Amino acid sequence: MRKIDLEAMGLRAVNELLQSQREYTNETAWEILNPRGSHAIAAGIDAPIEVTVNGSTGYYCAGMNKRATIKVNGRVGPGVAENMMSGTVYIEGDASQYAGATGHGGLLAIKGNAGSRCGISMKGIDIVVGGNVGHMSAFMGQAGTLVVCGDAGDALGDSLYEARLFVRGSVKSLGADCIEKEMEREHLLLLEDLLERANMHVSPDEFRRYGSERKLYNFDLDNAY
Amino acid sequence: MCGIVGLFLKDKSLESDLGEMLAGMLITMTDRGPDSAGIAVYGNSDENMAKITVQATDAGMLGDIDLELSKIIGVNASTRIFGTHAVVEVPGNLINDAKAALKEICGDLRVMSTGESIEIYKEVGLPADVSKMFEIPGRAGTHGIGHTRMATESAVTTLGAHPFSTGMDQCLVHNGSLSNHNSLRRKLRREGIEVQTDNDTEVAAAYLTWQMQNGMSLGAALEAGVADLDGFYTFVVGTRHGFGVLRDPIACKPAVLAETELYVAFGSEYRALVELPGIAGAKVWEPDPATVYFWEH
Repeated sequence: MRKIDLEAMGLRAVNELLQSQREYTNETAWEILNPRGSHAIAAGIDAPIEVTVNGSTGYYCAGMNKRATIKVNGRVGPGVAENMMSGTVYIEGDASQYAGATGHGGLLAIKGNAGSRCGISMKGIDIVVGGNVGHMSAFMGQAGTLVVCGDAGDALGDSLYEARLFVRGSVKSLGADCIEKEMEREHLLLLEDLLERANMHVSPDEFRRYGSERKLYNFDLDNAY
Repeated sequence: MCGIVGLFLKDKSLESDLGEMLAGMLITMTDRGPDSAGIAVYGNSDENMAKITVQATDAGMLGDIDLELSKIIGVNASTRIFGTHAVVEVPGNLINDAKAALKEICGDLRVMSTGESIEIYKEVGLPADVSKMFEIPGRAGTHGIGHTRMATESAVTTLGAHPFSTGMDQCLVHNGSLSNHNSLRRKLRREGIEVQTDNDTEVAAAYLTWQMQNGMSLGAALEAGVADLDGFYTFVVGTRHGFGVLRDPIACKPAVLAETELYVAFGSEYRALVELPGIAGAKVWEPDPATVYFWEH
């Protein structure tokens, strides 16, 4: 385990060091101390390493992550794991707005609550939230899965494409073209796997499934060019 | 973008450190807005006295205003001068006479705030320079609000800097932009509310002043603002004894609140709060959209 004091070393040097790690690096475990709410901590990593951030972070923590496992022992600011490609990001506390936005792959697990626009424009990422999500979550979600163990705010899944949404608590309102759908065996299996990987101890049976009704403009063949 | 910080002390033991803590928080937010910075401090007060904080382009003009003011209003007025600002203290019942007299003494004086407790200092420049010029780290007080500005809706001038004060002991800072401020400004002026600038934020401050003049509490005025103010905003407001926070229903402008037994603190980002005592054990959360948060001494 290599420990780095972010305050002493500076954000740019820390990120350069993490980003310079390659696939077969021997330094596979890193711990970052004194994050003090800094922006873009551990963004842009492309190696199968483990990074633990001890404290709370600001904007864009773990952004664009590829293959790394990043754990934050604190709360994270806006845009955590934005545009993540693969790997896993665990957040012990709450996340601010647009967590996992535009993510293409990997798993983002948030133990606490996530703010508004969680999973906005998601393109294949799996997001599991232990608490609640705010308004406009999964807005224009294209692919991937959003699992909410608590409640969802207003306009969940507005203008959704193919992303799958599961909510265990209440949904304040559904967005345009988002409807409740029947929970089938394949969905229970998917949920079971995601909940286990995210370390959330709730039963898949307690969730309801939501998805696109496919009635908006894009889904009408006559509107195709 | 803009950066906001605020501190409302629940415990008197921290009052002597208010300025020090607030200045540190604001300097951390410098990269959210380098155009201008300002701080409102609710400092020590005497209920029989009123404070008028004035600003002059040429600080040299502030030296003799106490003597000239005393001559006109007939009682001794005292001033404390910090850089381009002076805090003038007069008996509370003479505040309007004193304001008129100050205008007479020098047409170039701008009133930053009036009230029993509030003092507002703001200038074009970085938070560190503004804080130093006005000796903010030495200030004691019960609560305070700071702002660092990235200008969008009006020019980068002293009067365009935040906080804005449109009523006694009231102030407001804003991150965002309002789209209906022109029509609302015309309406408020017809209602007799003084609005000095073309700035959108001043209109929000004036709107709250107007609603409170009509009998609303600050909390009720903020609730009414959700319906009447169109645009993006995170507001932090101060009154003589109160401290409030409001975000618009979309809530894309960032806001973090922290509360311990000693204080309530606001920061545009968590970064602004990391030096506060006991922050590791504080309750930290993001205020909900279109929800009024208000604390009072």
